[in-house]
Amino acid sequence: MKHPDAIVVGGGLVGAAIAYGLQRTGLSTLMLDEGDVALRASRGNFGLIWVQSKGINFPPYASWTWDSASLWPTLDAELRDLTGDVLDLHQPGGIEFCLSDDEIKKCRGDIRRLHAHAPQVAAEMLDHKALSKMLPGLGPDVVGGRYCRGDGHVNPLSLLRALHKGLLTKGGEIKSGSPVRSIRHQGGVFTVATNTEQHQSARLVLAAGLGTRDLAEMIGLDIPVRPIRGQNLVTEKLQPFLPFPCATIRQTGEGSVQIGASEEDVGFNDATTPRILNKMAARAVTIFPHLKQARIVRVWGALRIMSPDGYPIYAQSQRFPGAFAAVCHSGVTLAAVHTLKLAKAIAEGALPDAVSAMNPERFANAQT
Amino acid sequence: MPRLDRNGDTSVSIEFEGVAISAFEGDSVAAALLSNGYRNFRDTPVNGASRGAFCMMGVCFDCLVEINGIGNIQACMTEVRAGMHIRRQRGARDIHAQDGSL
Repeated sequence: MKHPDAIVVGGGLVGAAIAYGLQRTGLSTLMLDEGDVALRASRGNFGLIWVQSKGINFPPYASWTWDSASLWPTLDAELRDLTGDVLDLHQPGGIEFCLSDDEIKKCRGDIRRLHAHAPQVAAEMLDHKALSKMLPGLGPDVVGGRYCRGDGHVNPLSLLRALHKGLLTKGGEIKSGSPVRSIRHQGGVFTVATNTEQHQSARLVLAAGLGTRDLAEMIGLDIPVRPIRGQNLVTEKLQPFLPFPCATIRQTGEGSVQIGASEEDVGFNDATTPRILNKMAARAVTIFPHLKQARIVRVWGALRIMSPDGYPIYAQSQRFPGAFAAVCHSGVTLAAVHTLKLAKAIAEGALPDAVSAMNPERFANAQT
Repeated sequence: MPRLDRNGDTSVSIEFEGVAISAFEGDSVAAALLSNGYRNFRDTPVNGASRGAFCMMGVCFDCLVEINGIGNIQACMTEVRAGMHIRRQRGARDIHAQDGSL
C-alpha cells in the first residue's frame, strides 16, 4: 500500500485548512477525523473573520491575523472555483459596540496599543451618531463602537465543507470515525494507529483542537490548551437589516441573526445556561431593539481551544523532524493563512518565520 | 383537501391573502387553509421556492405564514380565530415593518 506524503490528525477548520493546503502543493494527504464524538469547535463557532481585537499585545499574532484577512478573498475564490460552494464571505468591516463610557475607554486604549505595531489595521472609534447612519435601528443606549475595515464574516459550516470537498477533489483522502490511539516513530516514518487501522507517513500534522494536547504528548510536544465555552443563540430568518458583522451579533447570508461571544471556564462542559443566554439576548436587544420581536430557534454551546495566553500555538518537533502541531481558537479567521502559507511551509519542511514567536516554548519560559 | 364533518362545529370567517374564507373554531390555521384548497403557504427566504404544510405537528417549519402582521408563524400550531388576517410568508420575516398582535 502506498503511504500518503502527509497525515493530518483533525478534521476541523484548522486540520482541514492545512490538509487541503498540503494537498494543493502536491503532497498526497490523508486527513483523520475523530468522528461525531469529537468536541467539534468547528461546528459551533461564530463565523467572524476578525482583526480589530487580535494581538493587541502580541505583534506576531496581529500581523498573522491581518495577513489572513487580506488573503481571505483569494481562498474564497479558489474554493468557489474548485468546489462550486459559496461561502457567503463578506468583508465590509466590522463593529464592536460599546454600551458604556468604560467600554469606549477600553476600546480606545486597545486601538492605541494595536496601532503602535499594526497601523495597517486602522481601527477607529465611532460615536452613536456615526454608527446610526451605518445601522438604522440602532438602540439609543449604544454609546459608540470600534470599526475596523479589515473585519468580515463567512458561513463557517460552508467553509468546513468546502475545505473537505477541496481536499477530496484534489485527490486527498479523509477517514472519519478514526480517533488516533497511538503514534510511533521509526526510521523517519510515523505510524499512526486508529482503533482498526494503521497509517504511515513521513510527515505528520496534529491539528485536533482540544484533543491535540494528548496526541502531542505522544511525540514529545507540550501543547497546553484548555476549553473556554462560548454560548450561541440564533434567530429565525429575518429580512436583511445588519450590513456589518459585529463582535457579538451577525446576520448570516440566509437571514438568521447569530448572537454569541460569551466566555466561560467550565471545563469540558458544552451545555447552555439560561443565565448566560439571557444576558447575551438582553445585550443584543439593547443594541438593536427590534430584535426583541425575533424568535430564537436554536441555542448551543461550543468549546474554544484556548492556550495560556490566548494566542495560537504552532509547533515543530525537534526530536521527530516532520512532526508539527497547530492549534488556535480562530480557525475561521486564520483559514486563509493556514491554507496558503502555513501548509506550504510545512510541505517544504519547516514552520514559516511568521509564526516562530507562536511556539509552545513561550509557556515553558514563562514558568521559569 | 376535504375536512371531516363534525356536526355542531362553529364556523368562523378568516381572511387569506385578502380573500374571506370560512373555517371552524378549534382548527389549526394550516388545516383551515388546506380545507379551503390552499397549498402554497410561503416562499422560502433562500431561493423563493413555494412551501406548504408538511408535518402538521410543529416540527418542519414549512407552514410559516404571516398572521395579523406578525411573520414566521407556524400555521399548524396556531388555532384559527374569527377575523384573522393571514398572508403568505414571503421570504424572511421583517421585524422592522410590522408588528401587530395575535
